[in-house]
Amino acid sequence: MLPAEIVRLSAEHLWLVAIAVFAAVVIAAPSAVILTRRARLRRWTLGVVNVVQTVPSLAVFGFLLPLPFLGVGKSTAIVALILYALLPILRNMVVGILGVDAGIRESAVAMGMTGRQILWGVELPLAFPTILAGIRIATVTTIGTATIAAAIGGGGLGTFVFRGIAMADTKTILAGAVPAALMAIAADEALGWIERRFSS
Amino acid sequence: MAVLVEFRGVTYQIGGREILHGIDLCVEESETVALLGRSGSGKTTLLKMVNRLVEPTGGEVRFEGKPVTDWDPIRLRRRIGYVIQEGGLFPHATVAENVGLVPKLEGWPKERIRARTMELLDAMGLPAPVYGSRRPRQLSGGEKQRVGIARALAADPPLLLLDEPFAALDPVTRFEMQQRFARLRRSFGKTALFVTHDIREALMLGTRIALLKEGRLEVVAPADEFVQARTPEATAFLATLGEGTLDESHAAG
Repeated sequence: MLPAEIVRLSAEHLWLVAIAVFAAVVIAAPSAVILTRRARLRRWTLGVVNVVQTVPSLAVFGFLLPLPFLGVGKSTAIVALILYALLPILRNMVVGILGVDAGIRESAVAMGMTGRQILWGVELPLAFPTILAGIRIATVTTIGTATIAAAIGGGGLGTFVFRGIAMADTKTILAGAVPAALMAIAADEALGWIERRFSS
Repeated sequence: MAVLVEFRGVTYQIGGREILHGIDLCVEESETVALLGRSGSGKTTLLKMVNRLVEPTGGEVRFEGKPVTDWDPIRLRRRIGYVIQEGGLFPHATVAENVGLVPKLEGWPKERIRARTMELLDAMGLPAPVYGSRRPRQLSGGEKQRVGIARALAADPPLLLLDEPFAALDPVTRFEMQQRFARLRRSFGKTALFVTHDIREALMLGTRIALLKEGRLEVVAPADEFVQARTPEATAFLATLGEGTLDESHAAG
Protein backbone atom coordinates (compact mmCIF):
# COMPACT_ATOMS: atom_id res chain seq x y z
CA MET A 1 0.00 0.00 0.00
CA LEU A 2 2.69 2.43 -1.02
CA PRO A 3 1.70 5.96 -2.08
CA ALA A 4 2.99 5.01 -5.52
CA GLU A 5 0.51 2.14 -5.68
CA ILE A 6 -2.34 4.46 -4.68
CA VAL A 7 -1.38 6.80 -7.50
CA ARG A 8 -1.08 3.97 -10.00
CA LEU A 9 -4.44 2.41 -9.09
CA SER A 10 -6.13 5.84 -9.03
CA ALA A 11 -4.89 6.45 -12.55
CA GLU A 12 -6.11 3.02 -13.61
CA HIS A 13 -9.46 3.72 -11.97
CA LEU A 14 -9.79 7.04 -13.74
CA TRP A 15 -8.86 5.40 -17.02
CA LEU A 16 -11.60 2.73 -16.61
CA VAL A 17 -14.19 5.43 -15.86
CA ALA A 18 -13.06 7.69 -18.69
CA ILE A 19 -13.23 4.92 -21.28
CA ALA A 20 -16.61 3.69 -20.04
CA VAL A 21 -18.21 7.15 -19.95
CA PHE A 22 -16.71 8.12 -23.29
CA ALA A 23 -17.95 4.91 -24.92
CA ALA A 24 -21.39 5.36 -23.35
CA VAL A 25 -21.61 8.88 -24.80
CA VAL A 26 -20.54 7.64 -28.23
CA ILE A 27 -23.19 4.88 -28.12
CA ALA A 28 -25.90 7.05 -26.56
CA ALA A 29 -25.65 10.09 -28.84
CA PRO A 30 -26.83 8.58 -32.15
CA SER A 31 -29.24 6.26 -30.31
CA ALA A 32 -30.84 9.19 -28.50
CA VAL A 33 -31.35 11.09 -31.74
CA ILE A 34 -33.04 8.07 -33.32
CA LEU A 35 -35.15 7.49 -30.20
CA THR A 36 -36.45 11.07 -30.17
CA ARG A 37 -37.87 10.42 -33.65
CA ARG A 38 -39.62 7.12 -32.79
CA ALA A 39 -41.96 7.04 -29.80
CA ARG A 40 -42.51 3.26 -29.69
CA LEU A 41 -38.88 2.32 -30.03
CA ARG A 42 -38.12 4.90 -27.37
CA ARG A 43 -40.45 3.32 -24.80
CA TRP A 44 -39.03 -0.14 -25.45
CA THR A 45 -35.39 0.85 -25.41
CA LEU A 46 -35.59 3.03 -22.31
CA GLY A 47 -37.52 0.22 -20.61
CA VAL A 48 -34.83 -2.33 -21.38
CA VAL A 49 -32.01 0.02 -20.36
CA ASN A 50 -33.89 0.74 -17.14
CA VAL A 51 -34.07 -2.97 -16.32
CA VAL A 52 -30.34 -3.41 -16.95
CA GLN A 53 -29.78 -0.64 -14.44
CA THR A 54 -31.67 -2.48 -11.71
CA VAL A 55 -29.49 -5.61 -11.92
CA PRO A 56 -26.89 -5.49 -9.11
CA SER A 57 -23.53 -4.51 -10.53
CA LEU A 58 -21.69 -7.53 -9.16
CA ALA A 59 -24.22 -9.78 -10.92
CA VAL A 60 -23.64 -7.97 -14.23
CA PHE A 61 -19.92 -8.55 -13.90
CA GLY A 62 -20.72 -12.20 -13.20
CA PHE A 63 -23.01 -12.53 -16.22
CA LEU A 64 -20.40 -11.06 -18.55
CA LEU A 65 -17.57 -13.38 -17.45
CA PRO A 66 -18.59 -16.44 -19.50
CA LEU A 67 -19.07 -14.39 -22.71
CA PRO A 68 -16.55 -14.93 -25.52
CA PHE A 69 -13.86 -12.25 -26.01
CA LEU A 70 -14.45 -10.95 -22.48
CA GLY A 71 -13.57 -13.24 -19.59
CA VAL A 72 -11.67 -12.07 -16.55
CA GLY A 73 -10.06 -8.68 -16.94
CA LYS A 74 -10.40 -5.09 -17.95
CA SER A 75 -12.59 -5.54 -21.03
CA THR A 76 -15.38 -7.20 -19.05
CA ALA A 77 -15.17 -4.47 -16.45
CA ILE A 78 -15.41 -1.78 -19.11
CA VAL A 79 -18.40 -3.42 -20.83
CA ALA A 80 -20.27 -3.59 -17.53
CA LEU A 81 -19.42 0.02 -16.69
CA ILE A 82 -20.63 1.14 -20.11
CA LEU A 83 -23.96 -0.62 -19.52
CA TYR A 84 -24.34 1.29 -16.25
CA ALA A 85 -23.29 4.65 -17.64
CA LEU A 86 -25.61 4.28 -20.61
CA LEU A 87 -28.96 4.87 -18.91
CA PRO A 88 -28.47 8.30 -17.35
CA ILE A 89 -26.70 9.55 -20.47
CA LEU A 90 -29.22 8.15 -22.93
CA ARG A 91 -32.22 9.21 -20.88
CA ASN A 92 -31.00 12.77 -20.38
CA MET A 93 -30.19 13.13 -24.07
CA VAL A 94 -33.67 11.98 -25.03
CA VAL A 95 -35.39 14.10 -22.38
CA GLY A 96 -33.26 17.12 -23.27
CA ILE A 97 -34.03 16.94 -26.99
CA LEU A 98 -37.73 16.23 -26.48
CA GLY A 99 -37.91 19.03 -23.94
CA VAL A 100 -37.17 21.71 -26.53
CA ASP A 101 -40.14 24.08 -26.59
CA ALA A 102 -42.68 23.17 -29.29
CA GLY A 103 -42.99 26.80 -30.44
CA ILE A 104 -39.23 27.04 -30.96
CA ARG A 105 -39.14 23.79 -32.89
CA GLU A 106 -42.10 24.86 -35.00
CA SER A 107 -40.54 28.18 -35.89
CA ALA A 108 -37.32 26.36 -36.82
CA VAL A 109 -39.29 24.15 -39.21
CA ALA A 110 -41.29 27.11 -40.52
CA MET A 111 -38.13 29.04 -41.32
CA GLY A 112 -37.03 26.28 -43.63
CA MET A 113 -34.37 24.62 -41.49
CA THR A 114 -33.64 21.03 -42.48
CA GLY A 115 -33.90 18.22 -39.92
CA ARG A 116 -30.12 18.18 -39.58
CA GLN A 117 -29.92 21.96 -39.10
CA ILE A 118 -32.62 21.79 -36.42
CA LEU A 119 -30.76 19.00 -34.63
CA TRP A 120 -27.37 20.75 -34.58
CA GLY A 121 -28.54 24.34 -34.45
CA VAL A 122 -31.51 24.15 -32.13
CA GLU A 123 -32.14 20.84 -30.38
CA LEU A 124 -28.62 19.92 -29.26
CA PRO A 125 -27.62 23.41 -28.06
CA LEU A 126 -30.86 23.74 -26.08
CA ALA A 127 -30.58 20.21 -24.69
CA PHE A 128 -26.91 20.64 -23.82
CA PRO A 129 -27.27 21.44 -20.09
CA THR A 130 -29.55 18.40 -19.64
CA ILE A 131 -27.17 16.17 -21.62
CA LEU A 132 -24.24 17.37 -19.54
CA ALA A 133 -26.18 16.66 -16.33
CA GLY A 134 -26.64 13.06 -17.53
CA ILE A 135 -22.93 12.70 -18.23
CA ARG A 136 -22.19 14.09 -14.78
CA ILE A 137 -24.48 11.60 -13.03
CA ALA A 138 -23.03 8.76 -15.10
CA THR A 139 -19.44 9.77 -14.29
CA VAL A 140 -20.02 10.01 -10.56
CA THR A 141 -21.85 6.67 -10.32
CA THR A 142 -19.31 4.97 -12.59
CA ILE A 143 -16.48 6.07 -10.29
CA GLY A 144 -18.29 4.21 -7.50
CA THR A 145 -19.27 1.17 -9.53
CA ALA A 146 -15.76 0.84 -10.94
CA THR A 147 -14.45 -0.20 -7.51
CA ILE A 148 -16.40 -3.43 -7.95
CA ALA A 149 -14.58 -4.07 -11.24
CA ALA A 150 -11.59 -5.24 -9.22
CA ALA A 151 -13.61 -8.34 -8.30
CA ILE A 152 -13.24 -9.62 -11.85
CA GLY A 153 -9.71 -8.45 -12.39
CA GLY A 154 -10.56 -5.01 -13.70
CA GLY A 155 -8.03 -3.28 -11.47
CA GLY A 156 -8.52 0.22 -10.16
CA LEU A 157 -9.04 1.39 -6.60
CA GLY A 158 -11.35 -1.56 -5.91
CA THR A 159 -8.14 -3.64 -5.71
CA PHE A 160 -7.44 -2.03 -2.31
CA VAL A 161 -11.03 -2.45 -1.19
CA PHE A 162 -11.15 -6.17 -1.94
CA ARG A 163 -7.64 -6.74 -0.58
CA GLY A 164 -8.64 -4.88 2.59
CA ILE A 165 -11.78 -6.96 2.98
CA ALA A 166 -9.77 -10.18 2.54
CA MET A 167 -7.20 -9.06 5.10
CA ALA A 168 -9.83 -7.49 7.38
CA ASP A 169 -7.68 -4.35 7.24
CA THR A 170 -9.62 -1.08 7.40
CA LYS A 171 -6.60 0.99 6.38
CA THR A 172 -6.27 -0.88 3.10
CA ILE A 173 -10.01 -0.52 2.40
CA LEU A 174 -9.74 3.22 3.03
CA ALA A 175 -6.73 3.46 0.71
CA GLY A 176 -9.17 2.50 -2.07
CA ALA A 177 -12.37 4.11 -0.81
CA VAL A 178 -11.03 7.57 0.05
CA PRO A 179 -9.37 8.31 -3.31
CA ALA A 180 -12.47 6.98 -5.09
CA ALA A 181 -14.72 9.25 -3.05
CA LEU A 182 -12.47 12.26 -3.66
CA MET A 183 -12.43 11.45 -7.36
CA ALA A 184 -16.24 11.36 -7.41
CA ILE A 185 -16.51 14.70 -5.62
CA ALA A 186 -13.95 16.30 -7.93
CA ALA A 187 -15.71 14.99 -11.04
CA ASP A 188 -19.07 16.19 -9.73
CA GLU A 189 -17.70 19.67 -9.01
CA ALA A 190 -15.88 19.99 -12.33
CA LEU A 191 -18.80 18.83 -14.48
CA GLY A 192 -21.24 20.86 -12.37
CA TRP A 193 -19.16 23.94 -13.03
CA ILE A 194 -19.25 23.36 -16.79
CA GLU A 195 -22.99 22.72 -16.59
CA ARG A 196 -23.64 26.01 -14.80
CA ARG A 197 -21.55 27.91 -17.31
CA PHE A 198 -23.64 26.60 -20.20
CA SER A 199 -27.07 26.85 -18.63
CA SER A 200 -26.76 30.53 -17.73
CA MET B 1 -53.44 41.64 -59.22
CA ALA B 2 -51.77 38.27 -59.02
CA VAL B 3 -52.99 35.63 -56.63
CA LEU B 4 -50.25 34.65 -54.20
CA VAL B 5 -52.04 32.05 -52.08
CA GLU B 6 -55.05 30.03 -53.06
CA PHE B 7 -57.06 27.55 -51.01
CA ARG B 8 -59.18 25.25 -53.19
CA GLY B 9 -61.78 23.15 -51.45
CA VAL B 10 -59.47 22.56 -48.51
CA THR B 11 -60.66 20.14 -45.85
CA TYR B 12 -58.90 18.84 -42.79
CA GLN B 13 -59.87 15.83 -40.73
CA ILE B 14 -58.25 14.51 -37.63
CA GLY B 15 -59.47 11.58 -35.55
CA GLY B 16 -62.69 11.33 -37.57
CA ARG B 17 -63.52 14.95 -36.83
CA GLU B 18 -63.61 17.47 -39.65
CA ILE B 19 -61.88 20.69 -38.60
CA LEU B 20 -62.13 22.48 -41.95
CA HIS B 21 -64.83 22.03 -44.58
CA GLY B 22 -64.21 22.94 -48.22
CA ILE B 23 -62.39 26.24 -47.77
CA ASP B 24 -61.98 28.39 -50.89
CA LEU B 25 -59.98 31.56 -50.45
CA CYS B 26 -57.52 33.65 -52.43
CA VAL B 27 -54.89 36.01 -51.10
CA GLU B 28 -53.77 38.54 -53.66
CA GLU B 29 -50.43 40.27 -53.81
CA SER B 30 -49.92 43.10 -51.32
CA GLU B 31 -53.18 42.60 -49.46
CA THR B 32 -53.46 41.63 -45.81
CA VAL B 33 -56.08 39.02 -45.10
CA ALA B 34 -57.22 38.52 -41.53
CA LEU B 35 -58.44 35.04 -40.64
CA LEU B 36 -60.88 35.84 -37.87
CA GLY B 37 -62.57 33.28 -35.67
CA ARG B 38 -63.06 31.87 -32.20
CA SER B 39 -60.65 29.38 -30.63
CA GLY B 40 -61.07 26.05 -32.39
CA SER B 41 -62.57 27.54 -35.55
CA GLY B 42 -59.71 26.08 -37.62
CA LYS B 43 -58.01 29.35 -38.48
CA THR B 44 -54.52 28.37 -37.29
CA THR B 45 -54.77 25.01 -39.07
CA LEU B 46 -55.64 26.82 -42.28
CA LEU B 47 -52.69 29.18 -41.88
CA LYS B 48 -50.24 26.35 -41.28
CA MET B 49 -51.25 24.68 -44.52
CA VAL B 50 -49.58 27.45 -46.50
CA ASN B 51 -46.07 26.59 -45.28
CA ARG B 52 -46.89 22.91 -44.95
CA LEU B 53 -46.72 22.65 -41.17
CA VAL B 54 -50.08 20.94 -41.68
CA GLU B 55 -51.12 19.02 -44.80
CA PRO B 56 -54.77 19.21 -45.88
CA THR B 57 -56.65 15.92 -46.02
CA GLY B 58 -58.62 17.17 -49.01
CA GLY B 59 -58.37 19.95 -51.58
CA GLU B 60 -55.30 21.92 -52.47
CA VAL B 61 -53.27 24.92 -51.36
CA ARG B 62 -51.33 26.86 -53.98
CA PHE B 63 -48.50 29.31 -53.46
CA GLU B 64 -47.28 31.43 -56.37
CA GLY B 65 -49.55 29.40 -58.64
CA LYS B 66 -48.02 26.04 -57.73
CA PRO B 67 -49.53 23.46 -55.34
CA VAL B 68 -47.52 23.56 -52.11
CA THR B 69 -47.07 19.79 -52.36
CA ASP B 70 -45.05 20.37 -55.55
CA TRP B 71 -42.71 22.71 -53.70
CA ASP B 72 -39.64 21.51 -51.90
CA PRO B 73 -40.81 22.24 -48.33
CA ILE B 74 -37.51 23.89 -47.42
CA ARG B 75 -37.60 26.24 -50.42
CA LEU B 76 -41.28 26.99 -49.80
CA ARG B 77 -40.74 27.88 -46.15
CA ARG B 78 -37.79 30.13 -46.87
CA ARG B 79 -40.04 32.17 -49.16
CA ILE B 80 -42.64 32.60 -46.42
CA GLY B 81 -42.05 34.58 -43.23
CA TYR B 82 -43.70 33.09 -40.16
CA VAL B 83 -44.47 34.89 -36.90
CA ILE B 84 -46.02 33.29 -33.82
CA GLN B 85 -46.88 34.47 -30.32
CA GLU B 86 -43.79 35.56 -28.38
CA GLY B 87 -41.95 35.36 -31.70
CA GLY B 88 -40.70 31.76 -31.27
CA LEU B 89 -37.18 33.17 -30.96
CA PHE B 90 -34.19 30.91 -30.34
CA PRO B 91 -33.25 31.51 -26.69
CA HIS B 92 -29.64 30.45 -27.24
CA ALA B 93 -29.04 32.92 -30.06
CA THR B 94 -28.62 36.70 -29.90
CA VAL B 95 -31.19 39.07 -31.37
CA ALA B 96 -28.95 39.66 -34.39
CA GLU B 97 -28.43 35.92 -34.90
CA ASN B 98 -32.17 35.33 -34.69
CA VAL B 99 -32.88 37.99 -37.30
CA GLY B 100 -30.08 36.83 -39.59
CA LEU B 101 -31.07 33.18 -39.42
CA VAL B 102 -32.81 32.67 -42.75
CA PRO B 103 -30.29 34.78 -44.71
CA LYS B 104 -27.56 32.63 -43.13
CA LEU B 105 -29.38 29.44 -44.14
CA GLU B 106 -29.65 30.91 -47.62
CA GLY B 107 -25.89 31.42 -47.67
CA TRP B 108 -25.79 35.20 -47.88
CA PRO B 109 -22.34 36.76 -47.38
CA LYS B 110 -21.69 37.92 -43.80
CA GLU B 111 -21.57 41.62 -44.68
CA ARG B 112 -24.95 41.48 -46.38
CA ILE B 113 -26.51 39.63 -43.42
CA ARG B 114 -25.17 42.24 -41.02
CA ALA B 115 -26.47 45.12 -43.14
CA ARG B 116 -29.88 43.52 -43.51
CA THR B 117 -30.11 42.75 -39.78
CA MET B 118 -29.24 46.34 -38.89
CA GLU B 119 -31.73 47.72 -41.37
CA LEU B 120 -34.56 45.58 -40.00
CA LEU B 121 -33.77 46.16 -36.33
CA ASP B 122 -33.71 49.91 -37.03
CA ALA B 123 -37.06 49.67 -38.79
CA MET B 124 -38.44 47.90 -35.71
CA GLY B 125 -37.13 50.60 -33.39
CA LEU B 126 -34.55 48.26 -31.89
CA PRO B 127 -31.20 49.82 -32.84
CA ALA B 128 -28.69 47.05 -33.51
CA PRO B 129 -25.84 48.51 -31.41
CA VAL B 130 -28.11 48.36 -28.34
CA TYR B 131 -30.20 45.24 -29.01
CA GLY B 132 -28.17 43.16 -31.49
CA SER B 133 -26.14 41.26 -28.91
CA ARG B 134 -28.95 40.73 -26.37
CA ARG B 135 -30.62 37.40 -25.79
CA PRO B 136 -34.38 36.97 -26.17
CA ARG B 137 -34.85 36.55 -22.40
CA GLN B 138 -33.53 40.07 -21.91
CA LEU B 139 -36.35 41.51 -24.02
CA SER B 140 -39.89 42.58 -23.16
CA GLY B 141 -42.84 40.84 -24.82
CA GLY B 142 -43.27 43.65 -27.36
CA GLU B 143 -39.56 43.66 -28.16
CA LYS B 144 -39.56 39.89 -28.70
CA GLN B 145 -42.48 40.26 -31.06
CA ARG B 146 -40.67 42.94 -33.05
CA VAL B 147 -37.59 40.73 -33.33
CA GLY B 148 -39.88 37.92 -34.47
CA ILE B 149 -41.27 40.12 -37.24
CA ALA B 150 -37.78 41.30 -38.23
CA ARG B 151 -36.70 37.67 -38.45
CA ALA B 152 -39.67 36.81 -40.65
CA LEU B 153 -38.86 39.71 -42.99
CA ALA B 154 -35.11 39.05 -43.14
CA ALA B 155 -34.83 37.17 -46.42
CA ASP B 156 -37.45 39.46 -47.98
CA PRO B 157 -40.11 36.78 -48.49
CA PRO B 158 -43.11 37.67 -50.67
CA LEU B 159 -45.53 36.43 -47.99
CA LEU B 160 -45.86 36.73 -44.23
CA LEU B 161 -47.91 34.38 -42.10
CA LEU B 162 -48.76 35.58 -38.60
CA ASP B 163 -50.44 33.43 -35.97
CA GLU B 164 -52.01 35.68 -33.31
CA PRO B 165 -48.76 37.60 -33.16
CA PHE B 166 -49.90 40.23 -30.67
CA ALA B 167 -52.26 38.18 -28.49
CA ALA B 168 -49.82 37.75 -25.59
CA LEU B 169 -49.07 41.46 -25.25
CA ASP B 170 -50.60 43.93 -22.82
CA PRO B 171 -53.29 46.14 -24.45
CA VAL B 172 -51.15 49.27 -24.77
CA THR B 173 -48.14 47.44 -26.22
CA ARG B 174 -50.46 45.49 -28.48
CA PHE B 175 -51.95 48.70 -29.86
CA GLU B 176 -48.49 50.17 -30.47
CA MET B 177 -47.40 46.96 -32.20
CA GLN B 178 -50.48 46.90 -34.40
CA GLN B 179 -49.83 50.48 -35.51
CA ARG B 180 -46.19 49.74 -36.14
CA PHE B 181 -47.08 46.63 -38.10
CA ALA B 182 -49.63 48.53 -40.22
CA ARG B 183 -46.98 51.17 -41.08
CA LEU B 184 -44.34 48.55 -41.78
CA ARG B 185 -46.58 46.49 -43.98
CA ARG B 186 -47.30 49.53 -46.10
CA SER B 187 -43.65 50.49 -46.39
CA PHE B 188 -42.43 46.96 -47.16
CA GLY B 189 -45.45 46.22 -49.37
CA LYS B 190 -45.75 42.66 -48.11
CA THR B 191 -48.62 40.30 -48.59
CA ALA B 192 -49.76 38.96 -45.25
CA LEU B 193 -52.15 36.37 -43.94
CA PHE B 194 -52.77 36.57 -40.24
CA VAL B 195 -54.83 34.76 -37.68
CA THR B 196 -56.64 36.62 -34.93
CA HIS B 197 -59.58 36.28 -32.58
CA ASP B 198 -59.73 40.04 -32.08
CA ILE B 199 -62.06 41.87 -34.46
CA ARG B 200 -60.42 45.21 -33.65
CA GLU B 201 -57.10 43.82 -34.83
CA ALA B 202 -58.74 42.34 -37.95
CA LEU B 203 -60.34 45.69 -38.82
CA MET B 204 -57.20 47.64 -38.07
CA LEU B 205 -54.72 45.51 -40.00
CA GLY B 206 -56.72 43.54 -42.53
CA THR B 207 -57.53 44.83 -45.98
CA ARG B 208 -59.91 41.88 -46.10
CA ILE B 209 -61.41 39.77 -43.36
CA ALA B 210 -62.23 36.08 -43.69
CA LEU B 211 -64.47 34.97 -40.86
CA LEU B 212 -64.32 31.29 -39.91
CA LYS B 213 -67.06 29.58 -37.98
CA GLU B 214 -66.59 25.91 -37.06
CA GLY B 215 -64.35 25.24 -40.02
CA ARG B 216 -66.40 27.10 -42.63
CA LEU B 217 -65.88 30.52 -44.13
CA GLU B 218 -68.92 32.54 -43.15
CA VAL B 219 -67.96 35.94 -44.50
CA VAL B 220 -65.11 37.10 -46.72
CA ALA B 221 -65.20 40.85 -47.19
CA PRO B 222 -63.07 43.98 -47.26
CA ALA B 223 -62.79 45.52 -43.82
CA ASP B 224 -65.14 48.40 -44.55
CA GLU B 225 -67.83 46.04 -45.84
CA PHE B 226 -67.30 43.53 -43.05
CA VAL B 227 -68.79 45.90 -40.49
CA GLN B 228 -72.07 45.69 -42.46
CA ALA B 229 -72.13 41.89 -42.38
CA ARG B 230 -75.23 40.44 -40.71
CA THR B 231 -74.49 36.73 -40.46
CA PRO B 232 -74.78 35.29 -36.92
CA GLU B 233 -71.05 34.91 -36.28
CA ALA B 234 -70.21 38.30 -37.81
CA THR B 235 -72.86 39.87 -35.61
CA ALA B 236 -71.40 38.13 -32.58
CA PHE B 237 -67.93 39.45 -33.35
CA LEU B 238 -69.15 42.96 -34.20
CA ALA B 239 -71.03 43.04 -30.90
CA THR B 240 -67.68 42.80 -29.06
CA LEU B 241 -66.83 46.23 -30.47
CA GLY B 242 -69.25 47.68 -27.93
CA GLU B 243 -71.76 50.52 -27.89
CA GLY B 244 -71.70 53.26 -30.48
CA THR B 245 -69.86 51.30 -33.13
CA LEU B 246 -72.76 49.07 -34.04
CA ASP B 247 -76.30 49.94 -35.09
CA GLU B 248 -78.36 48.15 -32.42
CA SER B 249 -81.48 47.70 -34.54
CA HIS B 250 -79.50 45.99 -37.31
CA ALA B 251 -77.63 43.78 -34.86
CA ALA B 252 -80.88 42.59 -33.33
CA GLY B 253 -82.35 41.84 -36.78
